Amino acid sequence: MAEMKTAVGVPVSSPWGGGGSPFAINSKKFGMWLFIVSDTLTFSALLLAYSYSRLANPNWPRPFEIYPAIAKSTSMTLILLASSLTMVLGVAAAHRNDRAKTVRWLLLTALGGVAFTVLHLTEWVNLFHEGYTPWSTPQGVPLFGATFFGITGLHMTHVSIGVIYLIIMAYGYGKGKFTSDDVEVSGLYWHFVDLVWMFVFPMIYLMSVSLAG
Amino acid sequence: MSAHESSSEVHAVGSTRLFVMVWVWLAVITFIEVFLAYERLRPALMLTLLVVLSLVKAALIVSYFMHLKYEKISLALLLIPSTIFCICMIIIFFMPDGARLMQMRLGH
Repeated sequence: MAEMKTAVGVPVSSPWGGGGSPFAINSKKFGMWLFIVSDTLTFSALLLAYSYSRLANPNWPRPFEIYPAIAKSTSMTLILLASSLTMVLGVAAAHRNDRAKTVRWLLLTALGGVAFTVLHLTEWVNLFHEGYTPWSTPQGVPLFGATFFGITGLHMTHVSIGVIYLIIMAYGYGKGKFTSDDVEVSGLYWHFVDLVWMFVFPMIYLMSVSLAG
Repeated sequence: MSAHESSSEVHAVGSTRLFVMVWVWLAVITFIEVFLAYERLRPALMLTLLVVLSLVKAALIVSYFMHLKYEKISLALLLIPSTIFCICMIIIFFMPDGARLMQMRLGH
């Protein structure tokens, strides 16, 4: 932005003239931020609908025992937070032009995402065995199954896409096809997936811990 | 903040130590939430407390991990108020009838 010009190279007088970047970030990063805002609204709508269902049903199922469900989902939270930390360190390494380290941090972040997804799927299988499906529960509150599998499933889809994104980024950045700015944009996506889980975990898991005994 | 002229100059902010500290705080708040889950509170109060704590975590992630604290202030002013506005609109649209239905359902 040192010298403001339009796409065809005509100098403009102000950032609002069409050529400059008023937010001093590149367009890919700005695009990712706009995507994040729209995805925030998607999850907000789902979580608000869930919150209403949760509060309107006094006999909401509370199937999550300390072990395995809460122990596992708490570990998943810490794993996802740790993968955000490795992502931040990867972005920092990319801005120092340390390609080898960046690739290592990115792959470690992707590994965190894989660990999260595998743990989450075992958690799903447990629930299936206990009779919870997206359309039914043993207690006869199908909304529990619909909201639980719907919201955690959409989040898991985001994590899986993120893992693929990070692996492509690690490969491409290692080969010199992507810049450090591209790594940063993938970081924004990854942190957002982490951020969504910071709402899903307490609102869905912790609101349904088993209080028996 | 506004002194940064090019996007590639902005990034050197934030040390490894700072990021680890942010991570530690996020983990601590997570454990507070897990502890809170076993207190026998009314669901509405519990949900409110958990969402407030989660908003604190979200703010930490957005500010430090997503770097928004170090971008031009105009970016945060564009993104955050518009998001909050849309969420408020969802609530304003559905809250009154939702509350009415909930009262009918819970029978008081």
